[in-house]
Amino acid sequence: MTDVVEATPAPRADLVARLRELRRLAIVPALDEEATVGSVIDEIRSFDPDFEIAVIDDGSTDRTSAVAASRAVHVIRLPFNVGIGGAVQTGYRYAFENGFDLAVQVDGDGQHDPAELPKILRPVLDDEADLVVGSRFAGHDAYRSTAVRRVGIRIFASVVSAVVGQRITDATSGFRAANARGIALFAADYPHDYPEVEATVMCVKNGLRLEEVPVAMRERSGGRSSITTLRSIYYMAKVLLAIFVGLFRRYNVPPEEEKRR
Amino acid sequence: MTPWPISIAAAVASFLLLLVVFELIRSRRLSERYALLWLVTGVVLLALSLWRGGLNTIAGWFGVATYPPAILGAVGALFILVVLLHYSTVISRLSDQNTILAQRLALLEGQLRERQE
Repeated sequence: MTDVVEATPAPRADLVARLRELRRLAIVPALDEEATVGSVIDEIRSFDPDFEIAVIDDGSTDRTSAVAASRAVHVIRLPFNVGIGGAVQTGYRYAFENGFDLAVQVDGDGQHDPAELPKILRPVLDDEADLVVGSRFAGHDAYRSTAVRRVGIRIFASVVSAVVGQRITDATSGFRAANARGIALFAADYPHDYPEVEATVMCVKNGLRLEEVPVAMRERSGGRSSITTLRSIYYMAKVLLAIFVGLFRRYNVPPEEEKRR
Repeated sequence: MTPWPISIAAAVASFLLLLVVFELIRSRRLSERYALLWLVTGVVLLALSLWRGGLNTIAGWFGVATYPPAILGAVGALFILVVLLHYSTVISRLSDQNTILAQRLALLEGQLRERQE
């Protein structure tokens, strides 16, 4: 099997200019990723040296925070593990409270390639979408993953597509870009464990524009996946329950949080 | 065989449990994480109250074929035990985290005071 390597086109000049005008933050959630978080930071900087970077250390027991701090980024160290949802939301709260116009999520494990950032940034910069999700499946990319996980991702994709009335191929991807509206929504309300699928639905239900773009992802180069086989049953049940109950809610964001926005 | 009134009462009660849990999740007073066990409890009890033949068979295995509803009570008690044990682990985690938060806050306040002086 030959891998089709799609050359990343050079970003349009007007988009680069527009990007420069924005206060932009890269949210890098990391749990025990000392081996990879450094290169993730370096790669984001080589894409755009002015991207501010916030590493959210979700209670790591290794040197994740130290590695990040040595590269002069904002290190937000949670006092204990709060789960990926709580960690990512910490990043969005940071972005919201510090007045950022644009935020991207890049996992600290290195599976998201910062060279692909222009693809998820373009719809936000063109003001076509409030939240952009980088999908492994939307294009022809040969993303290798276990069969079980692929089936799970497909099930979520069809459920989410039906609920939001828009074709979604990879609702579980955590490679995302959001504008100020997206930041404000996620700062106010973000799902707890296994958040990506629910966040996708939440975004559309709150009237934000969602767009999915194909991206290439890498094999995880370090750490361990947060999803073990046994947990995936709980994962599926919890997320499907949340989506089902969400259908009967008028507002997804609790009223008191809504007032803050 | 289970007397009909018991089957009906048990089915209605488990259905009400499911309804209450659903409404609590919907109004965001109960998070999905802690609702799953209650939903499983409700579904299993509802299934056992409606599936009268099955309840009879299970009662036969345990030698209480003369009074099958005993199985309903036993299964209900078992689930309550599991939910309680789950909550004990949740409370333990919460109290550990609460201690860490209090320590962090005290350390931060100390740092702030020292800087102001």
